[in-house]
Amino acid sequence: MNLWLFIPEITLAVFAVLVILIDLGVRQKAVLKWVSLFGLVIAGGVSVTIWRAMGCELPVYLFNTMLAVDNFALFFKILFAGIAFLVILASADYADKFSRFQGEYYALILISTLGMMLMAATADLISLYIALELTSVSLYILVGFLKDRKSTEASLKYLLLGALSSAVLLYGMALVFGFTGHTQLGEIAQAIQAMSLQGLMDSPALLIGIVLMIAGFGFKIAAVPFQMWVPDVYEGAPTPVTAYLSVASKAAGFAIILRVFFSAFGIPEWLSLNWGTIFAVLAVISMIIGNVVAIPQTNIKRMLGYSSIAQAGYLMVGLATVGFAPAIATQAQSTILFFLASYAFTNLGAFIAVIIISNKIGSDEIADYAGMLKRAPVVALALTLCLISLIGMPPAAGFMAKFYIFGAAVQNDLLWLVIIAVINSVISAYYYLRVVKVMWFGEAATEDKVPSTGAPRLALFLCSLGVLLLGIIPGFIMRLAEEAGKVFGF
Amino acid sequence: MEFNYLTTIIFLPLVGAIIIAFISSEHDRIIKRVAAVFTTIPLILAIYLFVAFDRSLGAAGVIQFEENYLWIAPLNAHYHLGVDGLSMPLVLLTAFLGFLAVLISWKIHVRPREYFAWLLLLETSIIGVFASLDLLLFFIMWEIEVIPMYFLISIWGSGRKGYSAIKYVLYTLFGSAFMLAGILMLYFTTGSLSIMDIANQGLGMVQSVMAPAAIFLALLIGFAVKLPVFPLHTWLPDAHTDAPTAVSVMLAGALIKMGGYGMIRLCVSMFPDVAQEYAQPLIILALIGILYGAAVTLMQTDIKRMIAYSSISHMGYVLLGIFALGQVSLTGAALQMFSHGVVTGLLFAMAGLVIHNIEVRDLRKLGGLVRQVPVIVVVFSVAGLASLGLPTTSGFAAEFLIFLGSFNSTAVPNLQVYTLIAIVGVVLTAGYILWMLQQAFYGPAKEEYNGVKDADGLEKFYMFVLVAVIMLVGIYPAVLTDVFKLGISPIVGLIGG
Repeated sequence: MNLWLFIPEITLAVFAVLVILIDLGVRQKAVLKWVSLFGLVIAGGVSVTIWRAMGCELPVYLFNTMLAVDNFALFFKILFAGIAFLVILASADYADKFSRFQGEYYALILISTLGMMLMAATADLISLYIALELTSVSLYILVGFLKDRKSTEASLKYLLLGALSSAVLLYGMALVFGFTGHTQLGEIAQAIQAMSLQGLMDSPALLIGIVLMIAGFGFKIAAVPFQMWVPDVYEGAPTPVTAYLSVASKAAGFAIILRVFFSAFGIPEWLSLNWGTIFAVLAVISMIIGNVVAIPQTNIKRMLGYSSIAQAGYLMVGLATVGFAPAIATQAQSTILFFLASYAFTNLGAFIAVIIISNKIGSDEIADYAGMLKRAPVVALALTLCLISLIGMPPAAGFMAKFYIFGAAVQNDLLWLVIIAVINSVISAYYYLRVVKVMWFGEAATEDKVPSTGAPRLALFLCSLGVLLLGIIPGFIMRLAEEAGKVFGF
Repeated sequence: MEFNYLTTIIFLPLVGAIIIAFISSEHDRIIKRVAAVFTTIPLILAIYLFVAFDRSLGAAGVIQFEENYLWIAPLNAHYHLGVDGLSMPLVLLTAFLGFLAVLISWKIHVRPREYFAWLLLLETSIIGVFASLDLLLFFIMWEIEVIPMYFLISIWGSGRKGYSAIKYVLYTLFGSAFMLAGILMLYFTTGSLSIMDIANQGLGMVQSVMAPAAIFLALLIGFAVKLPVFPLHTWLPDAHTDAPTAVSVMLAGALIKMGGYGMIRLCVSMFPDVAQEYAQPLIILALIGILYGAAVTLMQTDIKRMIAYSSISHMGYVLLGIFALGQVSLTGAALQMFSHGVVTGLLFAMAGLVIHNIEVRDLRKLGGLVRQVPVIVVVFSVAGLASLGLPTTSGFAAEFLIFLGSFNSTAVPNLQVYTLIAIVGVVLTAGYILWMLQQAFYGPAKEEYNGVKDADGLEKFYMFVLVAVIMLVGIYPAVLTDVFKLGISPIVGLIGG
């Protein structure tokens, strides 16, 4: 076994422990931040090195085919390391709010990142569940980190609903295991393919198992109707954690869905059409409910919460495409990967701007953003850019992402779905632009400047840069996404 | 390597906008000078291109000043710019109006930094639309325009500006949603994003089957919102009326031409057969637009709203000319776009001047101004007469060509009847223009307007330039039609009309 392929994960585990140990002996808590950042840079850097060195020879299986190291997993490892890096940069000031527990805070972010990396690499239902729980448990704690009423309530809600969804997922996995006799994804696929089509159609167990698994994963990616935790958790959690949840946790959910559904349930076409249809339906209701309910929101974190539900809907258009047309699925996969990357920059950018602003004004109400353009011009401009990107308007990354993902869908005769999605984008313009309007035209109550310090500013700058680059010259990331998507070629 | 003229023309305003963004709003004069410089150079370059444009018959359908680089490999998208006979005059028009818009805005003192930055970005995106030959680039340029318009109307507008701005944005996005769907369908039926390839090879490139009519209609809705075509026009009066003067000029002068241009460039030249099939209902919509627009104009009392509604009527002529599908009628439609650009640009500029200097926008309260502000009134009258299509003005040449072309066109049955109905619109136009002029400027002088300021030097300058262009095109339309013809004849060849 080639253990050096596992170095990114090992690094994160080591650094998580290291951060806690240093926390015991050091008074200057800022050190912790730098140590965590350093750990993430190593993990991300090693992942890049593996990609470059071994790109073609992959995939390699580790731990008795529990984990797969391939371009797909590496793409996500780099993405997660990058997201965690930006989140930690952005929480530099915010973390003062829980001064006594800063060590734990950074360590938990590293551990959940580790969990997500494992999620992307998992090749077996067992390791899948372990990775998922590792991620979830650290996130439950992080959500409750503020220890005030809202934060605690959010954490409890997240924990209870999360546990429920895990149970549903386990039940689904048990059915699949019972039906096929395997937990390894490749072996499940072989077992299914060995059966006759009639046999598959006659027995509901597999389909029920798949539906239950979709329900379990639907919780992770916040798809309607598994979204009820989103608004409260997003509002109550510390804002950097909300940002992290909305981006990384969602990306991990999609990574795992792509991996499981494509490698285990991709063939026969009858099966993939079935789950493709389910995702198409979920996509429609997620987009509509996410966008419509976002309109009346007055709290920006809640609004972004509902918007993230709608964004999950757009992403599921990609999943539906994968299900409907396995033949071009590698392309559909890469559109999802690209969307996730651009969504990561965009949504993180929006949340970092919210962190900076709410740190100063102590409020998340959209009305309190009035006149922000005068009080914090750079932050307001960056937030405007990110909101434009969330609408999906050029020249921001969101446009390219939507173009790419909807393009693949049109190619597979999912035009009806694309039209619904595009009309939803228009609806979403209304509430995103409302925030822009308040910031640009609203009369500020005070003229106080909103200061921002180096680290969050840097994070915001990196996000805005990413949004623009992915919007104007997306070729490079698209090529990476294509290479990553190829892993699942037939 | 050759000098990339088009890139320079498109992106110089953007560079200017970025520079302006770094100048403090207190340095009002510097900002305006920078804006003037970064619109003057593109104008000079555009004039140069127009002069250097190859007008020989062999150049029909040939793309000139082409720039083509691979942009996004996985999508097969290219950074592909170029102009042919159809787009060259429109690029010139936009550069021209963009330059004048800066002069017209010289009296803006509210947040000048943002204002001029947005105005320049607007110019970049409109020229970008006219010069793009790649569908993705075209669409991006098309969409970018929404953002500056939103800010320009809602910050510097008047009246119900917030409402008008968001209405504009939602209508536009609604239209572009369909357009995006159309472009995606086009992309996957042909596998190409190159506008020229798709138009030249027709749907012979088809890889998978998707009804051409569906693509045609999806694209058409996007352009119809912008032109605007009845019944998708309701954003226009609000946006035009509430926008600041220079933005109304850009909006009416250049921006809505994107709709007509898109119809010719994408709908007609890619789907000539479908266009012919749907020409009749579209022409009926054009007639409704012409007559309804003119009738509603007659009832307006707000000076800017009146001009706005007249645009709906005038754009109806464009739609008629396009879907009459004849060489002459299409040339007329293209000329009408240019002519309407300068004429309505001038009308809005003059209306803005009246509102700025007199601070009254209700026609019923104005009157007899010819004695107090003779220059404004004379120029306003010239613009009005051009708008109603008086011979020797550009409006006459354009409308004459449209009527002549559509009357003679055989592409659509019963076209002669439709043309005759459309000509009734001219009578209505004459009615409201003359009524407006008489109401606002002639008749007995009112004392309260004594001592009102007339146009100053700068204003006289841009008035003179616009009037000169209107007269030049009116007296010698060949200066434009010779160019338009080169772009239009290959399209007509596809129709076989």
